[in-house]
Amino acid sequence: MALLEITNLTVEFATAHGSLRAVDQVSLSLDAGDIVAIVGESGSGKSVAMLALMGLLPWTATITADQMSFDGKDLLTMNPKQRRAIIGKDISMIFQEPMTSLNPCFNVEYQISEVLAQHFGGRRRSYKHRVIELLEKVGIPAPETRLKAYPHQLSGGMSQRVMIAMMIACEPKLLIADEPTTALDVTIQAQILELLVELQKANGMALVLITHDMAVVAETADRVVVQYAGQQVEQRSVTELFNNPRHPYTQALLSALPEYAKEKTLNAIPGVVPGQLDRPVGCLFNPRCEHAQDLCRQQPPERSEGILCHYPLPLKSALNAASTSHTEVIT
Amino acid sequence: MFKFFFKRLLVLVPVFFGVTLVAFGFIRALPGDPIEVLAGERGVSPERHAELMTQLGLDKPLWQQYFSYVGDVLQGDLGTSLITNRPVAEEFFELFPATAELAICAMLFAIILGIPAGIVAAVKRGTLVDQGIMSLSLAGYSMPIFWWGLLLIILFSNTLNLTPVSGRLSFLFEVEPVTGFMLIDSLFSDEKGAFKSALHHLVLPTIVLGTIPLAVIARQTRSAMLEVLSEDYVRTAKAKGLSPLRVIAVHALRNAMITVITVIGLQVAVLLAGAILTETIFSWPGIGKWIIFSVFSRDYYAVQGGLLLIAGCVMVVNLIVDLLYGLINPRIVH
Amino acid sequence: MTSLTTTTSYSVRRQQWREFWFYFSVSKTAVAGLVFLIGMVIMAIFADLISPHLPTEQYREFAEIPPAWMEGGQMRFFLGTDYAGRDMLSRIIHGARLSLIAGCIVVLMSASIGILLGLVAGFRGGWVETIIMRIMDTIMAVPGLLMALVLVAVLGPGLLNAMVAIAITYTPSFVRLTRASTLSEINKDYVTASKVAGAGPIRLMFISILPNCMAPLIVQGTLSFSTAILDTAALGFLGMGAQAPQPEWGTLIAENRDLMLSAPWTVTFPGIAILLAVLAINLMGDGLRDALDPKLKRS
Repeated sequence: MALLEITNLTVEFATAHGSLRAVDQVSLSLDAGDIVAIVGESGSGKSVAMLALMGLLPWTATITADQMSFDGKDLLTMNPKQRRAIIGKDISMIFQEPMTSLNPCFNVEYQISEVLAQHFGGRRRSYKHRVIELLEKVGIPAPETRLKAYPHQLSGGMSQRVMIAMMIACEPKLLIADEPTTALDVTIQAQILELLVELQKANGMALVLITHDMAVVAETADRVVVQYAGQQVEQRSVTELFNNPRHPYTQALLSALPEYAKEKTLNAIPGVVPGQLDRPVGCLFNPRCEHAQDLCRQQPPERSEGILCHYPLPLKSALNAASTSHTEVIT
Repeated sequence: MFKFFFKRLLVLVPVFFGVTLVAFGFIRALPGDPIEVLAGERGVSPERHAELMTQLGLDKPLWQQYFSYVGDVLQGDLGTSLITNRPVAEEFFELFPATAELAICAMLFAIILGIPAGIVAAVKRGTLVDQGIMSLSLAGYSMPIFWWGLLLIILFSNTLNLTPVSGRLSFLFEVEPVTGFMLIDSLFSDEKGAFKSALHHLVLPTIVLGTIPLAVIARQTRSAMLEVLSEDYVRTAKAKGLSPLRVIAVHALRNAMITVITVIGLQVAVLLAGAILTETIFSWPGIGKWIIFSVFSRDYYAVQGGLLLIAGCVMVVNLIVDLLYGLINPRIVH
Repeated sequence: MTSLTTTTSYSVRRQQWREFWFYFSVSKTAVAGLVFLIGMVIMAIFADLISPHLPTEQYREFAEIPPAWMEGGQMRFFLGTDYAGRDMLSRIIHGARLSLIAGCIVVLMSASIGILLGLVAGFRGGWVETIIMRIMDTIMAVPGLLMALVLVAVLGPGLLNAMVAIAITYTPSFVRLTRASTLSEINKDYVTASKVAGAGPIRLMFISILPNCMAPLIVQGTLSFSTAILDTAALGFLGMGAQAPQPEWGTLIAENRDLMLSAPWTVTFPGIAILLAVLAINLMGDGLRDALDPKLKRS
């Protein structure tokens, strides 16, 4: 049985301008030890889906799904108390801005031992050694000296490591990392990603990596989910996706990478992700899609072979698997 | 930490001198000849006038007078009351505990009710509860407190006969003033029922004096909490699986308190000003009533001394609040 | 060309005004406050026409008559009469004049001096700033009412002196606010650009910097207006402000205090008048703050 099973998750927010559908029929299935990346631009709903899973959305959100279960437990019908017993312990999440995600009033030891005391009982003080162990595990040198440090005394990379230590303290089965490296320097980014993969291997935990950076995906993940405007447009294994993107959006994302720039300019995707008020009729991607046809502009697509497109790009035969900048127009 | 305390103390020095200047200048600013002003209706003969001029040092240049005044102040001599002929400092500190007791009770009242009210309003933002609390708070600081006091007296003391109208203790009791705090003194006295009477007399004045700080603290707590509750670290706290109570009371409140403590500190000056009005209404024998009496009876030395001492209290309390602020906000100290 | 620029700046201003009104009118209570305030101003201006009697006219035979709806009351003296037989309603209506004028003058005085000092302090810096700020700290160290009392003791009792005294105690707030805004604006590019273009300090202070600090100042002004009414009434109550027979609301309460228990309406209604006036201004001030605060703007 899968560790995490989400089927057709939809999240709608009640706003002053009506209802905003931030997540639209997203499905995901994870086994222990899987590494899945969720990719998309800002506004694609990738974070919202995971926040819904954790129960961290505000009261204005309505969450519906055919199924949303973790480790056999149904997350949809769970009451808040039961949910609080799981999050931080079996499912954990780390966030994008480590500098503001740590409470400025409490030191490192307090914040890490707090989660241990919450889930395993006992006094915070008794977890001191475990905290030092964890800080070592996440690669913080001389951890004993860092115990009394306050968040404003830590650098970005250090803060993120502390966050990771805090969230793996209870040895979760699933760790969700929401753009963990976006706010950090490039050199630190690599270190943090390496750390996450290392921890994943050591603990055998499943890892969901939310990012907008395709390079990060290529390096770390086994499987990729591509999201656009709240919808899941493609879900494949990493190698397959990179060799043979089937949704025009995925292809556009890949060709926007610097590696594929043919001239001086990058192949940017024209247009913007639709917001609440300018959702196009038909396929949500059609205004920006270079393969768009009349059908695309009239009717929303059905999922065929896992791809949300009327005219998915063809599976390349083994002979043609070489170049990814090869595009075919389907008539 | 010590360095921080010292720095704050240093800033107070010029302010202290400023206040002494105001106190000193106040008498000099009174229209007319200072000696005749001090003598008032009693009048003074020319020889006595000359005598007093040298005695009070009024023939010396102004700056010299000022420095001798400051010197006196630093030694604890704040002049002698023109009415009672007792040292002003002695009179002040005799009456000070009454005001302190009232002010402390009012502040506790304001904090104990105000902070939870603000938290509830923030957590239940937009609901009727929130709107209700905020409306009451608005009414609270829009009211003239002397009128509020009179209204409560009319209602509770007169119509309902629930509370006494004035004073600190029923005249039936005789309590030895050991600390000056009626609640403590009555507890330790032999008189049965004195404590209850003291409490009884404190109820209305506390409510009246504490209303404005209560309203302001509730408002500020709400807005500080609202800001804090939308911060990232609150989301992190929830993501750890902590109970909502812990998230609000420990993680959010700690940060919100940073702002609220400053507000509480500012309320002390408001309390002391309000004490003047409240003590007048309830005939509460504290420094508020004393200062009004001194102003009306032209006891200028008393007013001067009272001004200096009250300002001194405000400064001391502000210093304590600054220190507390430093303790709570790690960014300042570390 | 010049006509074009004037029309564009005019339409920009209209747009800003419309946008401001949109945010302000969202709050029904703020609009209610504004309406009430306007009503009070009208009442104050036309007090002589509106009030049924002269505020100073004494009807000795009708002293301490209760309000019309109570036993013994008459429609002629709708809110009852005071100890000297003067009509409460008329006195309260005329008192509105005193309170509103007091509020205006206090705010004008403290704001103009405070803003000027704040601009100079923020702009000049150095020991000028230090001296100004220390003076303000000194004023703030003494509780407002006490300071006003002492000042009135020096200047003598009376409404005008009370206003001056209160204005002095409000000045530090404006100074601090303006200085803080000046300090944050002074390093911005548009100020540097003006400086480079040769603008002198006065022009920089008043034309470049000040308009951008207006929002918090307007909010503070409203707050000070309502507090001024309360403080004027407090001083009147203590006998240090407006002197009898002036129908200032605080003075009204003071002069009828002895009748507090036998004729409670004589102290209740002036107090309600104060409460309503201050409430209206505070509601309006809240609405102003929400409308002017860019952080709270929702798209």
